[in-house]
Amino acid sequence: MTAPAPVAVRMTGISKSFGGIRALDNVDFEVLAGEVHALLGGNGAGKSTILKVLNGVHVPEEGNIVVGGQPLAAHTPEAARAAGIAMNFQEMSLIPTLTVAQNIFLTREARDARGMIDDADSIRRAQAIFDMLQVQVDPVALVGDLGAGQKQLTEIAKAISQKARVLILDEPSTALSVSDVERLFVFLRQLKAEGVAIIYVSHRMDEIARIADRATILRDGKHVITAPLADLPIDVMIEHIVGKKSKGLADVARGDATRGEVLLELSAVTGPHKPEEVSFALHRGEVLGLAGLLGSGRSALARVIAGIEPAIAGEIRIKGQKVAIRRPADAIAKGIALVPEARATQGIIPAHSVADNMVMAVVGRISPRGFVDRARVRAITDDMIQRLSVKTASRDHAVSTLSGGNQQKVVIGKWLATEPEILILDEPTAGIDIGSKAEIIRLVRDLARSGKGVIVISSELSELLTACDRILVMADGRAHQMLDRAELDDPSETNPEHALQAAERRLQVEIQKALSIKEAEHG
Amino acid sequence: MAKAATAPAGAFFANWRQNIIYIGFAVIFVVFALTLNDKGFLNPNNLLNIVRQTAMIAVMAVAMTFVLSAGEIDLSVGAVAGLATVTVAMAIAVAGPFGGILAGLATGLAVGVFNGWLTTRIGIPSFLTTLAMMGIAKGVAMWISDTAAVPILSPSYSWVFGGGSIGKVPVLMFWMAVIAGVGHVALRRSGFGRRVLATGGGETAARYSGIDTAAIKFRVLVLSSCAASLAGMLYAGRLQSGRFQLGEGDELSVIAAAVLGGTSLFGGKGTVVGTIVGALMIGLINNGLILMGLEFSQQLIARGGIIILAVALSQKKR
Repeated sequence: MTAPAPVAVRMTGISKSFGGIRALDNVDFEVLAGEVHALLGGNGAGKSTILKVLNGVHVPEEGNIVVGGQPLAAHTPEAARAAGIAMNFQEMSLIPTLTVAQNIFLTREARDARGMIDDADSIRRAQAIFDMLQVQVDPVALVGDLGAGQKQLTEIAKAISQKARVLILDEPSTALSVSDVERLFVFLRQLKAEGVAIIYVSHRMDEIARIADRATILRDGKHVITAPLADLPIDVMIEHIVGKKSKGLADVARGDATRGEVLLELSAVTGPHKPEEVSFALHRGEVLGLAGLLGSGRSALARVIAGIEPAIAGEIRIKGQKVAIRRPADAIAKGIALVPEARATQGIIPAHSVADNMVMAVVGRISPRGFVDRARVRAITDDMIQRLSVKTASRDHAVSTLSGGNQQKVVIGKWLATEPEILILDEPTAGIDIGSKAEIIRLVRDLARSGKGVIVISSELSELLTACDRILVMADGRAHQMLDRAELDDPSETNPEHALQAAERRLQVEIQKALSIKEAEHG
Repeated sequence: MAKAATAPAGAFFANWRQNIIYIGFAVIFVVFALTLNDKGFLNPNNLLNIVRQTAMIAVMAVAMTFVLSAGEIDLSVGAVAGLATVTVAMAIAVAGPFGGILAGLATGLAVGVFNGWLTTRIGIPSFLTTLAMMGIAKGVAMWISDTAAVPILSPSYSWVFGGGSIGKVPVLMFWMAVIAGVGHVALRRSGFGRRVLATGGGETAARYSGIDTAAIKFRVLVLSSCAASLAGMLYAGRLQSGRFQLGEGDELSVIAAAVLGGTSLFGGKGTVVGTIVGALMIGLINNGLILMGLEFSQQLIARGGIIILAVALSQKKR
């Protein structure tokens, strides 16, 4: 007689909030022993949060967790590990100054007869894991010297070395080659046969379709559906992930772009790591979107254009003139401004005032005799506060006192003060509430209308679709397709929310298609 | 056979920047041996003297290696050593040698627990905690001793803690060797040492891996103060008195010894063997410059220049 597979993890009624934002709302999640369970959802759906709750990093406000029939003793990483849960943390749990083997067995080192750490044993066991996975990673290399793919393999090796009953893999394949992913899958199937429960998070639906038995989809912190993969073809999955759009974004009128001259032109531009041979043209008055998953080369392309990681091949032209961009200062001098991804560390100095932040990029220009012209600081700041409708108590208040959306406006204002013609925004709405998101996107539209060329990078497709006139789909460092925004619209659909939803599904399909082209090339 | 022997040597020189401390030590030793031989540099008494002068710095620097490796710093070691000389001397006067030893260790433990508590529980960076403690320890030492030297009239204490020698070998050398040996094994091979390196190498990652990083930081600061009080006990034994000025300014030599030896100021990287050689190198330089007949002012300049040169050579090329 074959009993039904026992339940490995049962999470019921889990709720968790961060600063008033409900990241998880009464979510149920159940994983069986001996299955690969895919966890799916868009950005901010709550995938990472629920995994961190399961792993003891976050303490839930409500709900309980049963692992292998036993309620979890405490919400700490140690308790989760004692219950047999292991997770890879997307490079978060590796220490750069230790070796690969030392990292894999950190706090679980083998001891010799005198109780001393036996590194030789760790090296042997690490090598055995890599041999089993048939991948080449040097156990004695320092983690800080490794590339992204090798780090990811080290993370995975660390997770599986714990011989866990529940193995959580959070985006394990973002930096892996196709053949490495294939070998990982072979190994996961072995673990599955041994009765290990595997929770697999990925944005790549082709991978999910190949490895997962069942899937749970989350959206906006809520449980949407749990079903066998056979009942979830890719278009149904996408439909559940996208769901109904909240108003906010759908209301933003795109209006018509009046495309002017070509401002920026790339031909076969290749960066030090990514991108590879990317070509496109950006016109005055348009917003160009870059779509693709993490690791597709979107941000790398932005860094190449902004001179942070200068191009190693190809040609960049600005208004028809060939230019060499070797340093960020070159790009700024050519009228290019990059609003970077990590607002808090790369965009603003939180403790400094709104005014000090706004003029940070133009201090040289407003200090004629070595002294900062305070009247001009006030003029620039007040102009930007008004133009971008920044909500701040005064120009002298610290930026840290502003909301996320208004902080982002300060960063945008800081770069607008350099009077750029080409503005690149990398994830401009990350961590911002929906109302401010719509406002930022309106601002982007206005900037284009005023004659600038704007490039927007975003993981939130509905945002790209709202903001952009054209969208470049990227995968694996390459540009795959330039989509006209209008092509994604269904002219018969009159309800703006449904129209945006339908367009997002189409864009999702194109992104997934671009990934499968890569598979075919390598396959 | 010959091949097998040259391979590690080749690696040693291929990574010469990492091993600059050993190469530098050898080079300086040879230069002094050649130029200062007529002034008695190679005389065994002179060489043992270098060890005597270096031992206290070395003892504190071994503990400092742990502190820096954990990503913290302890600026109070010199002042704590000075305070310990005073508490030891005063306790010996009333309670004999064992009372003195207990008082010395209690001094280090108390300061260390206070440093660790302020740093890990209150959240004051160890740079500030120990900077403030530097003044407090010195102030207490001046206050309780009325700024006067406190004599130690226990020959057995003085023999064990720094004054004695077995044959020609000073007892201080044994102290240094024991602390270095224990420290080396603890940092390289013990679970505690590995957790220290992990904490300094990446605190978030260490915490995610189940390491109680606050407890680790607390312990290295306690360790450092205890090592400082031991160094103070050695000063007191060697000079047969306790005075608040002893150990003054040692924190800089201690940190320099660890950094010269290849320990990172930013955490995650450290070797006790390198630290010991770093401490000996500082002693070597001091000794050689004195034998050369340089004035104190010139010694300071030459010593600073040599340390900058050694650290600059050990930097990775960017």
